[in-house]
Parts: sequence; structure tokens; C-alpha cells
Amino acid sequence: MTALLSVQNLGKRFGGFVALDDVNLEVKTGERLGLIGPNGSGKSTLVNCICGTLQNEQGSVHFDGQSMDGLAAHERTHRGLARSFQLPRPFVSLSLAENIRIPMLYTVHHRTGTPLHAESISARCSELLQLVGLEKKATHLPRDLTQVEMRKLELARAMAAEPKLLIADEAMAGLSHSEIEDILALLMRLNESGITVILIEHIMTAVMSFSQRLAVLVSGKKIADGKPEDVVRNPDVVRAYLGE
Amino acid sequence: MDFPFDLLINAIVAGLLLGGFYAAVTAGISISFGMLDIVNIGHPAFIILGSYIAYFFNINYHVDPILTCLILSPVFYLLGTGIYQVYYLSFEKRGQQSLRGLAFFFGVLFVTEVMLLLVFGVDYRYVEASYIGPSIHIGILDLPLRMLVPCVGSLILFGAIQLFISYTFTGRAVLAVSQDQLALQLMAADPIRIKRIAFGISIAVAAMAGAFLIIIQPVEPSVGREYIGRVFAICVLGGLGSMPGTLVAAMLLGVIESITATFYGPSWAPAVSFGVLLLTLAFRPSGLLGR
Amino acid sequence: MRMPLFTLIAIVVAIVVFVLLRLPNVEYLFVAGYTIVQYIVLSTAWNILGGYCGYVNFGSAAFFALGAYSTVALATFGTQLDDLVPESVAPFFHLIFPLPLPVLIVIGGVVSGIVGFGTGYLTLRLRGAFFAIATLALSVVLQTLVVNWDFVGGSGGAYVVRPGEFPGLGSYMQYLFLLILGLAVLSLVLARWIERSRLGYGFAAIRDDELAAEASGVPTLRLKLIATTLSGALMGMAGAPFPYYIGYLAPVSAFGLEYAVNSIAMPLIGGTTNWAGPLIGTILLGTLQQVTTVTISSAVNVLLVGVLLIAFVIIAPNGIVGLVQERLQARRRK
Repeated sequence: MTALLSVQNLGKRFGGFVALDDVNLEVKTGERLGLIGPNGSGKSTLVNCICGTLQNEQGSVHFDGQSMDGLAAHERTHRGLARSFQLPRPFVSLSLAENIRIPMLYTVHHRTGTPLHAESISARCSELLQLVGLEKKATHLPRDLTQVEMRKLELARAMAAEPKLLIADEAMAGLSHSEIEDILALLMRLNESGITVILIEHIMTAVMSFSQRLAVLVSGKKIADGKPEDVVRNPDVVRAYLGE
Repeated sequence: MDFPFDLLINAIVAGLLLGGFYAAVTAGISISFGMLDIVNIGHPAFIILGSYIAYFFNINYHVDPILTCLILSPVFYLLGTGIYQVYYLSFEKRGQQSLRGLAFFFGVLFVTEVMLLLVFGVDYRYVEASYIGPSIHIGILDLPLRMLVPCVGSLILFGAIQLFISYTFTGRAVLAVSQDQLALQLMAADPIRIKRIAFGISIAVAAMAGAFLIIIQPVEPSVGREYIGRVFAICVLGGLGSMPGTLVAAMLLGVIESITATFYGPSWAPAVSFGVLLLTLAFRPSGLLGR
Repeated sequence: MRMPLFTLIAIVVAIVVFVLLRLPNVEYLFVAGYTIVQYIVLSTAWNILGGYCGYVNFGSAAFFALGAYSTVALATFGTQLDDLVPESVAPFFHLIFPLPLPVLIVIGGVVSGIVGFGTGYLTLRLRGAFFAIATLALSVVLQTLVVNWDFVGGSGGAYVVRPGEFPGLGSYMQYLFLLILGLAVLSLVLARWIERSRLGYGFAAIRDDELAAEASGVPTLRLKLIATTLSGALMGMAGAPFPYYIGYLAPVSAFGLEYAVNSIAMPLIGGTTNWAGPLIGTILLGTLQQVTTVTISSAVNVLLVGVLLIAFVIIAPNGIVGLVQERLQARRRK
């Protein structure tokens, strides 16, 4: 299997602060990659650089055989990269169904070229909301949602873009055990249908059961990358989480 | 043809003096826009307000304008904190500061200008003080005191602000709030209170700049509008939130304006600062010394 | 209600308004009405960029004045043809000049649209606040350029002679009113169409969260440029007939601050998320201003607009339309 996503020597600074330092990462098509690391290690910055929300100063990002350098975030989404935001960013003046509609109107539509029919859009919106358990609140505004429900909306909106690679950035924070199971099952199903998934999480049980491969980011550097059982026993990783 | 060197030199010197004054005018915006991210487009209204209050006490009680605004600066500070409170509750809290916050300050600018118009009329107002009129002559240099005194005063004010930001806890908290509000909260300082203090200071500084303004030139209500462009041009050119950058940019703009007015006529002057602003925004929005 | 029906109703309402105004045979009705209808165009145009996309334009006066000064420049050109054009082509120019108003309107729209596009291209990559400041700068820069350009009258201003009559309608003023009414219908129909289209959803996403919009695949820069160009063009079109309306155009009146304030206040008071908001805001505020100017003074009138703007922005952020919608929703829940 060839690499769907290839991140090479990625570097990003904010003024004097080095957020990412020579990060190399490869994700194969159909893979389930887990990405972990302490708070502030640069995970979200890495996601932002991959997806184009931030521009990296060094290194390169290749997706699906194409260089992503200089491409705006929306162009990367069109090519099949989607992400959910760690702190949910819903469209506050639009209903849930309309929130889901935006990626459909602008990404899926863009890909297929022909305008989608109103009925198929509505049907797909309901379908996605049902998958995350929000169909009863389809006409509500995001301000009526709980924190947990907003995370689900984030995920649903990322899924609406019909991506090849989905990056789920801490989508499970604050969820109950059964809700975590639901989201995991959802992501598993997505993966089985061919979508590559990068799971960024702090909840170790979820990460361990989901990931085929695990990468660890500490202070902007990747310190481990391999099979989950091996990585968690890696002394550097243990030190980063538990201290000396 | 003899190149008019003494005209050029005097234009440059006048520009530098003016630039010093512009730095004080912009210091307030450097704080509110550069550090607090509040687009107080109504800032010039408070400058003009300061000018008119200085005028009032000068005409009726013969008080020196600088003294007036210095004594009244706590009042302006309170005004600033009050306005920030309204701004915070109505807009920042609700996350609508981009559209509605801007409209709010625009309304404030407008209402202040019109009220001053209704109270004082359209005539130009000026103050009288012992240092308005005489000039110092050094060789070919011509230094009018009415420009020198405000320039010196402005630089002192500017320096005081810089010291405040660098050496007091509140000052450093303001800088911190501009960089990472969450971190500040974790350090048990209330960011809202810090912002309120900072905004209050920015308004007090604006009023002080108003006192300097009416010494340099006669004032009428719509003069504030010219300063919107100048102030934001300097702020952007100098790099948002960078005080040294603001000083450099202010001097630079002062000199450019002065040379333009001397050689091309004063009717082009308003366009200079706004033109500089447009060019900076288009080609180097992070400013000359910005982060 | 589907768009073709809406368009039809809008046209019918406009015709009815026009016919009703002709009945009393009072010229002043058309004069006062023109200003209000002109503001319908301006506030609807402003709202496309401001209300739908969330980008504040302080320079409505600039785009309006560009349209007005295109007309002045072309009208002046028309009167000085023989001095400016070589003899061989003079007859051709004499045929097309003076340009009919509808053509001038289109030209005004094109000029302002281009400037809108240019301003947007230079500044929309930055934050919304910078765009707002740039529009303010644009206003002053253009005013300074016009003041120094003697061909259009410089600071002294220019006279544009209004023809006395328009064949078939009576006074030329009525023709002007009909034109601006047509522009109002155009802008309202355009606004409503955008609101319900894919474009409108993109605008709303940009307004609510530009970063998330980008991540969802919305080409934010392109859409913002479309909004800026459309908004500027409409304002330019509104400005094109203005010199004929006012007869004597001076920079200080064409670039007046009241254009900036009103085109912001009217949509904010009426409601920014909806095509009806600017319409309601304009009719209310416009009528109020006409009354206060006549009864009290024009300075108080302007003060009133500012105070109302501040009050509404704090108390009723979604405007009158928002208040009505909240009432309806509250009643629905009971």
C-alpha cells in the first residue's frame, strides 16, 4: 500500500517558539493511525499544517500523490482531507442540518461537478445526523447543544465532506463510556468503508483499541512510531507521560 | 536650480516633531487594537473630546491645556473602563465583536462628533498659552514651540507607557493578555479586569493627546476623521502591539506628510496617511518591525 | 415563495408605489422618495457584504461617489467633445453622447465593481478589521483624488444640468425616481436570491466561522471577492443618477459621512441576516430622518441615527427582523 499522506521534515514556529520540529509521518491508505502526546506537544498544530489552516515554514505535505504546498485549506478539503476541530467551531447562525450541508454544497458538489439534488442533500444530512445521534435536533441551532453534542456535530460535519482521510482531533473528550464506544464504532465503520482515519486522543483505551499504528508527539518532535503495544512500552514515551 | 535644502530640512524636522505627537496619539490604539484586539475606530473621538475639554477650561478659566487633561485623566480613564464594560458585555461576550463591535465604535465616533458640533459649532477653536507663538531658531532650523512642547510631552507620555508595560505587574499582564488570555487566567489574573484597565488607559492617553493636538493646531469636530487613517496607518506600519515600532512608524509618517505638504501642497495631506495605510495593508501587513 | 413570483411581486409593488406617488401631483414626494429608495439600494448592497458575510464596509460613500463621478466625468466629456476628440471621430461621439442614464448606471456599476474587487483583493486575505479600516482609507483617498481633479470640478464641484422633461412621464425627476426604483427592485431580488442559494450558505459560513468554512471546503477568498464586487457595483449604480438628481455635485456631499453611517445603521437596525432587514431599516430610519430634518435640524437628525445605531447594536443585535422572529418563535413554543 502506498502512503496516502506523507509529511516530511515539517517545521513550524510562532515567533521564537518552535511548535513543530522536523516531523516525519506517513499514513497508508486504509490505515488507522493514533496520534498521542502531552498537552501542548503540537498535535493540533500538526493537524493545522496538514490541513492548510496554518502554513508550515519547513518541510512538505503530500496527499494522494500531490504536493499540498501553497494550497489553501478549502482546496485540501476538496482533495479529500477532512478534520474536526478540537474546540468545536459550529456555524452558529445555521441549524444542525444546515451545518452539515455546507461541506456537501462546497466539497462534494465540487468533486462531482454536477449539482446535487435538494432531496439527496436532505437525505444525506439526515443520515449523517442519525449516525451521530443528533437527528432529533436537526432544526436546532448549535447554541442548544451540549458540549458533547457539539463534538458529535463536529465529527458529522467532517464526515459530510466525504473525505479520503479524516482527522478526528480529540472528538471524544468528555464523552461517557458508551458514547465513546459509539464514536469508536462509527470511526471503525468509516474505516471499513475505505476511509483512512487519524485519531488524536488522550483516552488511552480508545486509542489502543482503535489504532493499528501509534505515533507519539512530544514538544513538537515525534519520539515514537510503531505498533501500539511496542510504543507504550517505549521508555521515552513512558518518561514523557510519567516523568523521571 | 538650487535645491531648497533648508526647506527640506525644516520639513523633515517639522515632520519629526509631528511624528512624536503622532506617537502619543497612536499609543492608545497600540494598546486597544495592537494588544487587546479591540478595533476602536472611535479613538479619534476621544482625542477631539480631550481637545475640546482643554479648550473649555482654557477659555473660561485660563488653565493650561496640558494641565487640564493631566488632572482630568482619571475621569477619562473611568470613561474608558465604562465603555469597555459595555463593549465586553454587549459584544465580546457574545462573540459578535467583528461586525457589531465595529458598528458600535463607529456610532460612538459619529455621535461624539455631532454632539461636539451641536455644542461648540463648526468654527475652529484654539487655545492660548505662553508657548504658542514663539519659535526657537538654531541655524537654518526653525522650531516652533507650539510643536516642540507637544512633541516633548508626547515622548514623555510614550516613555511612561513603555515603562508601565515593561515594569509593572498590570502592564506586563496587559502584554500577556494580548498573547495568551488562557494562560493569564491560569495565573489567577482576571483578563477582563486587565483589559478594562488597559482600555481605560488608552482613552486617558487619547485625551492627553487631544490636549497636545489643540496646541499644535486649531480644532473643529471633524478633525478626528483625518486621524483615523493616521492612527491605524502608524499602528499597522509599526507592527501591531509593538511600541518601539509605533514610534518609528509615527516619525516616518510625520516626515512623509510634512514633505508632501511642503512640496506638493496641503490638499494632498489627508491622502498620504490613508495611502500609506492601504499600501501597508496590501503589501506588508505585519508592519516594518512587526511580529 | 419561489424567486420568479417574488420578482413579479416586487415589480408590481414598485409600479404601484410609482403610480400612487403620481396621484397627488406633488413634485416633492418624488424628491424625498428618491433619497429613501436610494438608501434601499445602498443598505441592501452593504448588507450583502456586511450582514451576509460579516465584513464591515465603512466606505459606502466611496463606491457611491465613484458612480456619481463616473457620470460627472462622462457628462463633462460629452459637453467638451469638440475640444477633446479628433475631428474624424467627432460625429460618432456626438451620436452616442450624451449617454442615456441606464448606460451611465451600468458604467457606474462596472467602475465601482472593479474598485470593490481591487480593494478586496488587496485586503481580504487579512482579518475583517483590516478590511474595514481599508474601506475607510479608500473613502478619504478617493475624495482627495477627486478634490484635486479639476476635470470633474475639483473642490468647487460640478454642475450637471438636469433635462426638464422626460417624454411620456412628465418631469425628469419622475424618470430618475423610476430608475432608482428599478435599482431597488434589482438589489432586493438579488439579495433574496443570494440568501437562498448555495452562495448564501457559503456567505453565512464565512460570517459564522471563516476557519471552519475553509476546512469545510468553502473557497472563502473567492466568495468574499464576489460579495465585495457585487456590493460595490450596486452602490456605484445607485450613485450614477445622483448628479442629475442633485444638480450640483461637490466632493463633500458625494463623500459625505452620512452615506457610510446610514448604509450601516439601516441594515443593523432593520436586521442583517435577511433581505427584508435593510428594507425595513431604510423605510423607518429614512422617513424619520426626512421628518427630523424638516422639523428640527439636519444635525440633530444625524445625531439621532448615531444614537439609534448604538442602541440597536447593543440591545437588539439582530435588528427589527430579529425581534419579530424571536416573538414568533416564542409564540410557537407555547
